[in-house]
Amino acid sequence: MVRMEQEKMLQEKAAAIRMAIVKMIGPNQVGHFGGSLSVTDILAVLYFHKMTYDATDPSLPGRDRLILSKAHAAPAQYATLALAGFFPLQELQSLKKLGSRLQGHPDFRRLPGIEANTGSLGQGLSMGVGMALAKRLKKEAGRVYVILGDGELQEGQVWEAAMAAANYKLDRLTAIVDHNKLQATDAIAKRMQLGDLRSKWSSFGWEVIEADGHDVHELCAALDKAESNSGCPSVMIAHTTKGKGISFMENVPKYHNGMMSQDQYEQALRELQA
Amino acid sequence: MESSRVWYGRELLAQAKKDDRIVALDADLSKSTMSMYVEEELPDRYFEVGIAEQNLLGISAGLALSGMKPFANTFAVFLTGRAYDQIRQVIAYPRLNVKIVGSSAGLSDYGDGATHQTIEDVSLMRTLPNMSVFVPADHIQTRAITRFLAEHEGPAYLRISRAETEAFFADDYQFRPGRVDRLLSGGDVTIVSCGNLLGNALQAAQELSNHGIVTGVLNVTTIKPFNRQDFLEALGDCKRVITYEEHNIIGGLGSTVAEVLAAEGGYRLHTLGVKDVFGQSALNYQELLEYYHLTVSDLVKAASELVQG
Repeated sequence: MVRMEQEKMLQEKAAAIRMAIVKMIGPNQVGHFGGSLSVTDILAVLYFHKMTYDATDPSLPGRDRLILSKAHAAPAQYATLALAGFFPLQELQSLKKLGSRLQGHPDFRRLPGIEANTGSLGQGLSMGVGMALAKRLKKEAGRVYVILGDGELQEGQVWEAAMAAANYKLDRLTAIVDHNKLQATDAIAKRMQLGDLRSKWSSFGWEVIEADGHDVHELCAALDKAESNSGCPSVMIAHTTKGKGISFMENVPKYHNGMMSQDQYEQALRELQA
Repeated sequence: MESSRVWYGRELLAQAKKDDRIVALDADLSKSTMSMYVEEELPDRYFEVGIAEQNLLGISAGLALSGMKPFANTFAVFLTGRAYDQIRQVIAYPRLNVKIVGSSAGLSDYGDGATHQTIEDVSLMRTLPNMSVFVPADHIQTRAITRFLAEHEGPAYLRISRAETEAFFADDYQFRPGRVDRLLSGGDVTIVSCGNLLGNALQAAQELSNHGIVTGVLNVTTIKPFNRQDFLEALGDCKRVITYEEHNIIGGLGSTVAEVLAAEGGYRLHTLGVKDVFGQSALNYQELLEYYHLTVSDLVKAASELVQG
């Protein structure tokens, strides 16, 4: 019973994140809808179930740390952080405005709750490795989560970091691949195939877990499993839908970084409220 | 003759023993960069990342984000060039406390040729906001800057030559960022030297003085932030200036000084350096200095022309 209530709460949080993304980008403005919407359930589970942190003390030692390596999904992270109490919800409306703390890609110097600057793809996992090494050196509690895009796996540095994480036996590091199967211009299968992701990560020395990236129950179980692994890092391959929750955006590449008309905006709000 | 990289490695170890936040990282070149001293004595605070420079800087950023003081080591050319985006995006822009230490800089890796020689690293690093750039002239300065970097907050690039030099500074030398060292004062022409060619600059000044040309020698160690006022004061009334560096004449010390002097007006400047070409292999370092016209006699010739012109 408690678990079902918890799952319902997480589903509601994910829905609230989706709503906030659509409202903060708004009509007639270009924004990264697709990859923000695909990662919403993952962020809800991390911030409202798995992770230990204090929104009133963002640099609390021993906290869990999350790096959004697929940083174009910043709107999703901003919405999540605001809902988690890191800064006022109202501030979401300042997205990408001159002087705003909500930059197009996350900047930890400006915004509380951001752990690392990302935006140039392929670099987040390396920083996650550095953070996990530091936790070990400092004998500090906490885990490090890094969310990667599937298209981002085309960057070679990801595999440099994957090799290093296994080599250093970083079992408090969890990578999450938001596997929505699309990249900026088209399907990944048409642009640059990734091959067998499971065996790729596995052969680099990682424990691989797969989950439906929109099923909070599966996501919780997968992250629990990752936490129980010892001696090697874990990766969760989360199967997701780009543009999740908005019918005209789902699996449509142009909404990677696209624009809604006023009519589409109103339709999106209706669909998310349903 | 002493090796700056050996003095760097020893000092890094000494600092790491004093401060447990200091860590060294290397990409399979610890035996050349001399980060091996840390690896040998403090293995917990040395991270071998393998032959993966991009990851080297990404891991360094993650360590810095966790309050550590990482020193990222490998050859200057691979650090500043191959991993330029990593330095830009996750170190300079977020102003992280990562020390980037480029070894075998300039033409000093004479045998390995153009792929291993870097004549553009100072230019690349100084164009990055938040980045400090330091180029020591000898092992004494190298040791002093390494000490300074152990306490310094923010991103910094330290350029280290593979060549050995004599000592130009006293053993008790204290590094102060931005200070311009005046080794000789002279009113006819001033040589502004950067890095391990300082010995040649002093020798050239001596020869010129023997010919009645009173030659000053300044040594610039802090390329950025460049101390404009200190530089102009050190220059005094001398209006003829030659910059002398083992770097492309585009973007390095010569460009830095040109930016200052152009704004001041009234100076004549000659920039002596590598003339926008890549290096090549040679059997010794001196051969390269001769081929690229960076010797004492090249300096004497350039100074004489500037004074006569």
